[in-house]
Amino acid sequence: MIVLRRDLLLAFRRRSDVATTLFFFLIVSSLFPLGIGPEAAVLSSIAPGVLWVAALLAGMISLSRIFAADFADGSLEQMLIAPQPLALLVLAKISAHWIVCGLPVVLLAPLIGLQYALPNDALVVLVLSLLLGTPALSLIGAIGAALTLGVRGSGLLVALLVLPLYIPVLIFGAGAVAASQHGMSAQAHLSLLAACSLLSLVLAPLATAAALRISVE
Amino acid sequence: MKINWFKYSSPQVFYPLAGKLIPWFAWLAAIFVLAGLYVSFVLAPTDFQQGEAYRIIFVHVPAAWMSMVIYIVMAAWAGLGLALNARLSAMMAQALAPTGAIFTLLALVTGSLWGKPMWGAWWVWDARLTSELILLFLYLGFIALQSSIDDPRRADRAGALLALVGVVNVPIIYFSVKWWNTLHQGSSINMGAAPKMAATMLLGMLLMALAFWMYTVAVALMRVRCIMLERERNTDWVKELSLKTPSSQSIAGAK
Amino acid sequence: MLIAQNLTCLRGDRLLFRKVGFELGAGGLMYVLGENGSGKSSLLRLLCGLLTPEDGQVFWKGKSIKHDAENYQTDLTYIGHLNGLKDDLTSLENLQFSARLAANVVDNATALNALTAIGVARCANLPVGVLSQGQKRRVALARLWLSTSQLWILDEPFAALDTASVVVLTTQLNQHMAKGGMTIITTHQDVDIQAESTQTLRLSA
Repeated sequence: MIVLRRDLLLAFRRRSDVATTLFFFLIVSSLFPLGIGPEAAVLSSIAPGVLWVAALLAGMISLSRIFAADFADGSLEQMLIAPQPLALLVLAKISAHWIVCGLPVVLLAPLIGLQYALPNDALVVLVLSLLLGTPALSLIGAIGAALTLGVRGSGLLVALLVLPLYIPVLIFGAGAVAASQHGMSAQAHLSLLAACSLLSLVLAPLATAAALRISVE
Repeated sequence: MKINWFKYSSPQVFYPLAGKLIPWFAWLAAIFVLAGLYVSFVLAPTDFQQGEAYRIIFVHVPAAWMSMVIYIVMAAWAGLGLALNARLSAMMAQALAPTGAIFTLLALVTGSLWGKPMWGAWWVWDARLTSELILLFLYLGFIALQSSIDDPRRADRAGALLALVGVVNVPIIYFSVKWWNTLHQGSSINMGAAPKMAATMLLGMLLMALAFWMYTVAVALMRVRCIMLERERNTDWVKELSLKTPSSQSIAGAK
Repeated sequence: MLIAQNLTCLRGDRLLFRKVGFELGAGGLMYVLGENGSGKSSLLRLLCGLLTPEDGQVFWKGKSIKHDAENYQTDLTYIGHLNGLKDDLTSLENLQFSARLAANVVDNATALNALTAIGVARCANLPVGVLSQGQKRRVALARLWLSTSQLWILDEPFAALDTASVVVLTTQLNQHMAKGGMTIITTHQDVDIQAESTQTLRLSA
């Protein structure tokens, strides 16, 4: 809890960093209509995929923030030798990352969905799918961030490690929105998305903790 | 009699042993590949739908099998290395990765070559091909991570963890891609079940798979020997080895 | 209490030290000496459990620190050559956070007292980012005034400190030793710490 509070406080003191993620999401998703053309039918058919990919990338570019600063100034070391389960500390840090980088994207998404001419019920499903799926992105991404701490070219490396692991979340997330667009029930997709998040909630903190111990050596 | 398996896990003992095993596996690979090619090009009947073009599956299918098997074997070695802190296991995992990546690439290339006459396009977002592509990404990630970490011990352990995370994810990815495929395509294109499998065709594929196996073992052993020399260049046994002629290598290891 | 056996440490393919062993009892002080690059910091990190030794083991109260990490970490305070402070938090916030992390809840007044003791009370509400090197170091060292743990492992605590602060820190270390605490320390300065038993471990490159 204390770690979560500290990370949120730190993010609050560096508000511009948070805004960067959000702007990235905004810009990437605004580029597509410019590249493809403003036809509403085309836009709404690509919207689920485009918005999800944009959310995925926005979450990814901010991954380095979870551990890199703490690694550089030595506070990560102190967490590793704190008399508390490391996986819990890690979970707190990941939660802070999600609140700072994931949640704003979820909240902003319906606005961009409107630009893409998404119907109302698809917008609801979009928000719901992002809400269920983005925690998995932060959780899985943390493993990659921990593995690449202090490694040359870690920014690109993280992309290479993490993006393939994001594929199921992308498929179920974008699938949910597409299903509701076609008048089908999105429930199966959403359940699978929730399952992904739950599974990574259990496994990712443990894997991340192990990765941190390896990286700090 | 009890065999001390741990004895073989020391690089110093394993190095000459691997050296002796390599020619055996290499010859076995050559024999199986000749037999496999004979069966697949001469014995196997021409497919009445696809003509001769289908024969590429004798490379494609075994390569796809191997690409998955090697990933699992690699992750198993990596996990073993992580759990027991055994240097050799980690080296084996590192030695297997490039071969696995090459088989994945081979499966992709042959798949696309096969796709052209089959459905007139070099690339189709078929569930199997897509999964293969993602597997290639996983291999490349593993190799990239290992090669960008300078400290070999950290590289081993970080790579091992990544391989384990990958192995947990592979079934989930595979399932999700299949699900995605059935939703979006719905067509009947399915590489696995395309031609009706005749017994000779199965035999051909099995022989080729065996050949690939032997090849993998031989190449992995060769690579692991190089990795060993590089990693242990400051130890006494490597220095001793470098002073001797190649023919006496086995003596250096027998100790 | 703290027993190290046969410790061997490799960094990359460079052997830093091998077969290092010692025993440290209650009230014991150990200086770790050696040239730059002889592996002093690595030894300390290894004793904290941050590094895994190539060979050998560390025992705390009879149990391997790998297997009984949580108890060991409760008894341990480590100050490395990195301060572990966040530039965007104030000195007070930093200090309170590190105390909380060590499962030690500290109110404002106690934390302020610690900062006063080492002479950085003026900086209590300033973000650490604007402080000088020596002031940052002192904020990091203020943790020692809040620490309740028995074993202190300190990597160059006197570096970047002015003479007055060196005296203050030495006094604090003396008090810790008098209470039966244990300290492992690397330093380039000549300091006179009173302890029941003092030993020196010299690492040669």
